[in-house]
Amino acid sequence: MISIQHLSKQFGGFKAVDDLSMSVATGETLVLLGTSGCGKTTTLRMLNRLVDPDGGTIHIDGTDIQKQPAPELRRRIGYVIQDGGLFPHYTVAEAIATVPKLLNWTPDVIHQRSRELLDKLQLPASSLNRYPSELSGGQRQRVGLARALAARPPVVLMDEPFGALDPFTRRHVRRELFGLTELSETTVVLVTHDVSEALELADRIALMDKGQLVQIGTPDELIKRPANDFVRDFLDDKPHRLRG
Amino acid sequence: MNDFFTFVGDHTDQLIRQTLTHIGLTFVSLLLALLIGVPLGILIARHARLASITLGVAGVLQTIPSVALLGFLIPLLGIGIGPALVALFLYALLPIIRNTYVGITEVSPSVTDAARGLGMTDNQILLKVELPLALPVLFAGIRTATVINVGVATLAAYVAAGGLGEFIFGGIALSNTSMILAGAIPAALLAVGFDAGLAWLQHRSGRRLRVGALVFALLLPVLSGFALLPAGHDKLVAGFAHEFYGRADGYPGLQKTYGLQLTPKLIDQNLMYEAIHREQVDLISGYSTDGRIKAFDLQILADDKHAFPPYDAAPIIRQAALDRYPALETTLNKLAGRLSDSVMTTLNYQVDYQKQSPEAVARQFLQRAGLYKTPSPGERTQTIVMGSKVFTEQYILAEIYRQLIEGQTQLRVVTKTGLGGTQICFDALRTGAIDFYPEYTGTGLLVILQPPADRLRTMSMQSDSVYAFVNAQFEDTYNIHWLKPLGFSNSYALMMRRQQAQELGIRSIPDLVRYLQH
Repeated sequence: MISIQHLSKQFGGFKAVDDLSMSVATGETLVLLGTSGCGKTTTLRMLNRLVDPDGGTIHIDGTDIQKQPAPELRRRIGYVIQDGGLFPHYTVAEAIATVPKLLNWTPDVIHQRSRELLDKLQLPASSLNRYPSELSGGQRQRVGLARALAARPPVVLMDEPFGALDPFTRRHVRRELFGLTELSETTVVLVTHDVSEALELADRIALMDKGQLVQIGTPDELIKRPANDFVRDFLDDKPHRLRG
Repeated sequence: MNDFFTFVGDHTDQLIRQTLTHIGLTFVSLLLALLIGVPLGILIARHARLASITLGVAGVLQTIPSVALLGFLIPLLGIGIGPALVALFLYALLPIIRNTYVGITEVSPSVTDAARGLGMTDNQILLKVELPLALPVLFAGIRTATVINVGVATLAAYVAAGGLGEFIFGGIALSNTSMILAGAIPAALLAVGFDAGLAWLQHRSGRRLRVGALVFALLLPVLSGFALLPAGHDKLVAGFAHEFYGRADGYPGLQKTYGLQLTPKLIDQNLMYEAIHREQVDLISGYSTDGRIKAFDLQILADDKHAFPPYDAAPIIRQAALDRYPALETTLNKLAGRLSDSVMTTLNYQVDYQKQSPEAVARQFLQRAGLYKTPSPGERTQTIVMGSKVFTEQYILAEIYRQLIEGQTQLRVVTKTGLGGTQICFDALRTGAIDFYPEYTGTGLLVILQPPADRLRTMSMQSDSVYAFVNAQFEDTYNIHWLKPLGFSNSYALMMRRQQAQELGIRSIPDLVRYLQH
């Protein structure tokens, strides 16, 4: 359970996030949706303290995140970014082991967990000794997810996780990944500007504009009862031909 | 080429020692540069504002010519391994700082962002992500620094820090091509070899690069250790000029004549006096009339057995000039025997250290000797052309002659100073471009006449006999006369600080040999 209260952040004079309040239920997948610069990524990065807020509070399972050391907080929160954010000098095995090692897991346990994840994510066992440059985009994205899930974090944050993939691979990979039981038990906060992705993955969507929450609700609620024209326009995903 | 291999064969021990010292100097300074440069590079990668100033300062250091940098360091650090290491360290610093900085700042922000997001601390990000990813760039910097240092380390021989420069500068001083190559070829091979090795390492990837870097880091102190190889320790530390160390009439002559055995430090001849003055060496090979003998209160050790050939100064003059102006010979000979070693040393001292003009020093000398006359007025139609080489003693002698001749005769003296070396001066005399100049008997013998080696061995090196020999030979061969010697001999001399020499009771070279043996 994540609870966000009156959160705000300015960069220079620009209000990136302006008095934002909402909550995410345990096991829920919440999608932060909006245009570029609407404050969705800043909101996400405040959840694992990559950005510190100017005002407001965030509680995860009742604990104020500002009151704990940032590295320890982050080790309990999975983090996935575009194209995986993999380290070029780490093999797949080393990448998956990153957080477990920080948590001082024993090599045996780490190895077992790595195998398990490879299996679930349908990565070939031979890929353990590969470097990111030797993988396809889809594979890199899976490894990025495996790395985030390795230590079984209760919360996973994803920042445009499929943004670097072509539309076909993107659909394919996300269906596969979100079909995992691993993720269904986890609280996921995902940032995207892709409406169909949001509609497909979200338990609830939080649509943001200019740093503020415009509407939050299930995909159905947003489509059937949009709060205003902005919501209606934004969710109107059908292609409009300009000619003919 | 055969000469070269013979030389290398005869000097293998020296070559190995010099090469090891060279490697040691290169890598000690590289190690220091890494210890300072890498943290500095990391610091400026974190604080962008410090970057331009730090890189600017390191860049300026890099542009100082290496000889000049050593020149700045000698007053601060004296001679020996200290200034050499500091100079090399400063040259290695820029490539290390710059490449650490570039390597770290070029790590993709998304990678460091992911690392932070996974829960790595700043130190973990640095050690596990940024530095490993910066390694190839850092190694490129290490390569640059190593190649620069192998080159600059040859200059260590100027300041008695050893290395392959000993052969190179010794060879240049002695015009010995084999010797120059014996230093230059190994130095070039070291540069090429280290460059290739580090290039190979730089292009490894992933884990292999990290392992290679670790091996290199462990190897560095070992390579550095060569700089600290124990040099031979004498009871007295000798500092000899490269030329003196190699010339048959220098150190080898001393070994043969007196059985002197030393492991001298080799050093630039102008720094030698400074080094003995600062008590960094106890014994040097100087020239017997140098002004610094007086300035630094040095004592010349008596050369009882005449190991050093005499370099008695005397004017040498063309027969044609004597024919034209017969009075010239008596005038010039008025100075015969008037300038002893100590008088000449004092005159040199007055010009070099008290910064008096040669003209004033010459006039004072002539006045004291009762030879000064104010030139009589009147038209001077007849001229005589005098030459001199380019160092203080010759400038002073030229002034003395000019004032003497113009006071005693109606001749006008035209002075051509600045005739570089012996060969230039002598050619000018032979061809009639000048009429006379002051020369030294040893130079006349060894540089101009150059009798065959077996002839030299049998010759007596007494002042009188050398004078008689060169005079006879010059008259026969060139129709040039040696007038009467001035009285001093500017020859090689071993010298010590007077105080130490007195404490140890050393007055002569045999005293020195006895002292060293007990």
